[in-house]
Amino acid sequence: MLEIKNLHVSLEEEDKQILKGVNLTVEAGKVHAIMGPNGSGKSTLSYVLSGRDGYEVTDGTATLEGEDILEMEPEERAAAGIFLAFQYPVEIPGVGNMTFLRTAVNAQRKARGEEEMSASEFLKVVREKAKELKIDADMLKRPVNVGFSGGEKKRNEILQMAMLEPKMCILDETDSGLDVDAMKLVADGVNALRDEGRGFLVITHYQRLLDHIKPDVVHIMADGRIVKTGGPELALEVEHNGYADILAEVA
Amino acid sequence: MALPQIKQDAMEARIAALVMPQGGWAQAAREDALGRVRAMGLPGARDEYWKYTRPDTLVQPDAPNAALLETDETPVFGEVDRLKIVFVDGVFSAADSDDLAMEHVTIDRLADASDIHWAKDVYGVLEARGQTPVQRPLATLNTAFATDGVLIHVTGKAPKPISLIYRHESEASDAILHHVVKIDSGAELTLLENGPAAARFNKCMEVEIADGGTFHHVRAQGRDHERRAATAIFARLGEESVFKSFTLTANGVLTRNECVIELTGDNAVAHVAGACVGDGDFHHDDTVFITHDALNCESRQVFKKVLRNGATGVFQGKILVKEGAQKTDGYQISQSLLLDEDSQFLAKPELEIYADDVACSHGSTSGAIDEEGLFYLRSRGIEEGPATDLLTIAFLAEAVMEIEDESLQDEINGRVEAWLSRRRG
Repeated sequence: MLEIKNLHVSLEEEDKQILKGVNLTVEAGKVHAIMGPNGSGKSTLSYVLSGRDGYEVTDGTATLEGEDILEMEPEERAAAGIFLAFQYPVEIPGVGNMTFLRTAVNAQRKARGEEEMSASEFLKVVREKAKELKIDADMLKRPVNVGFSGGEKKRNEILQMAMLEPKMCILDETDSGLDVDAMKLVADGVNALRDEGRGFLVITHYQRLLDHIKPDVVHIMADGRIVKTGGPELALEVEHNGYADILAEVA
Repeated sequence: MALPQIKQDAMEARIAALVMPQGGWAQAAREDALGRVRAMGLPGARDEYWKYTRPDTLVQPDAPNAALLETDETPVFGEVDRLKIVFVDGVFSAADSDDLAMEHVTIDRLADASDIHWAKDVYGVLEARGQTPVQRPLATLNTAFATDGVLIHVTGKAPKPISLIYRHESEASDAILHHVVKIDSGAELTLLENGPAAARFNKCMEVEIADGGTFHHVRAQGRDHERRAATAIFARLGEESVFKSFTLTANGVLTRNECVIELTGDNAVAHVAGACVGDGDFHHDDTVFITHDALNCESRQVFKKVLRNGATGVFQGKILVKEGAQKTDGYQISQSLLLDEDSQFLAKPELEIYADDVACSHGSTSGAIDEEGLFYLRSRGIEEGPATDLLTIAFLAEAVMEIEDESLQDEINGRVEAWLSRRRG
């Protein structure tokens, strides 16, 4: 599904190398987790994959189902099937959540040459999915993320994911700022989307989220590289011993 | 103090190009206005309130030509049930207008100069009051030389809006119209205005609102690229009355919209809002002066401007709270969204307060499109163009939301969307 090879990325503004040769393959139907200390390059990886400005790819490739995504505009990547659940979802005053969702769904459909969703069909689907995520009608009407609590913002991200049905879901510290109940709700939303044809890359600091979203593969990232890869037990090891031991071991 | 020779010459040249309509009830007010404008002269580039906007083309004897815009677009407010009054290049068109009759409303024309008319108590009166402390000579010139206009007296709740439609069919037209609106105690009217009007348009509107009266005004200034307009609203509000005015301006090389409001009765409410979208050779100026002279009144000024390709936006807004106007609640915000580095926004917010128990706030900002927001929208699959439009409409929303009627909000938003998508081609 997603194949990253020898990816080197630096910041455009300053001459600073963030990713120093990332190799990673996420297969369809699998959940991969990336853990790592602050500043290891986890969020940068998610931004580079989704096409945010300010990063320069100096070497390496990233493909989605064999297609080079690094040359695409962010909206083209979205239409191709990449979805990033933001660590800090952006507030957009003046744009209604519903308008935003429908514009996004139909823009992607149009880009893929599919028929647009009618207003009534869209309403039916969005209500159904919102209900599962305990998102009420009021939240759908309000401007995007404006005045939402941390938990509401993250649930709103998952709602977008559910509506857009991406092939490759990247979750950037989706657990940050969530209490236990909210995390459970978000995790349930993610698990409901797990599917043979869909890959997941879950970026997190903590093992907690992985109690709810069970990963198939866990990677440890440090200083711009993936330094260790293992099964779910690797996450438990981090939880118990911190990163220091692992980093010392690979150093 | 005598006028400088250069101002005197400019004024006499302008006046020489005009003919004062003769006879009828307005004659005295016209003569008075002529005297006043002769004493003050027309706006000059060195006047304090004209330092951001060049007045030359508004003042010169002949109107600069303005090409007519070919468009098959249905005019705004098309879906609204309304009483239509049409002016073509400043000339009333009976053929295009509805019958000037409606329940609770009488409508006359300024050009039908009878000897006695209720408008005598308002015509030129509010305009003259609005000349201090800041002079507005173009409005005074208007009072003296206006060729026509509507005189609307509202005695109850008007059953539907009155819609003034201004068509522009002659490239060199120079129109001067003067309207008077009188809202009786407890009466209510919505007034709509749209259309480019003329190559050059000087319009003045005086609005007298008695206690408990309500006046809604929604205006869409036409999008003929080369037109020029100087408009002024003078309003006086009685106790517990409501005045709400919104203007959308799309294109026009030069627009100066002045609004002068006096809150003279306790608990009155005045909201003035404007949204403008300008591309290229576009200069838009909102100049607002609100005087609080009663207890517990509320005023809001909400102005938003979207500017690109060297367009210029100007905002000069003042709140004056007179001594004794306690519990005043005054709010003023002016913001611009600059879509490139060539565009500019010039703002002069002013507060002058002589009462000690008031809440007045003001703010003015200039900014670019929010990059974070843009990336967020694009990461969900919305292309850069439509995503920018969405953020632009969102930026204007605070001003558009000042329109109370939601269907009129939709009409205005529809205009903005169409304008934006045309720009994208």
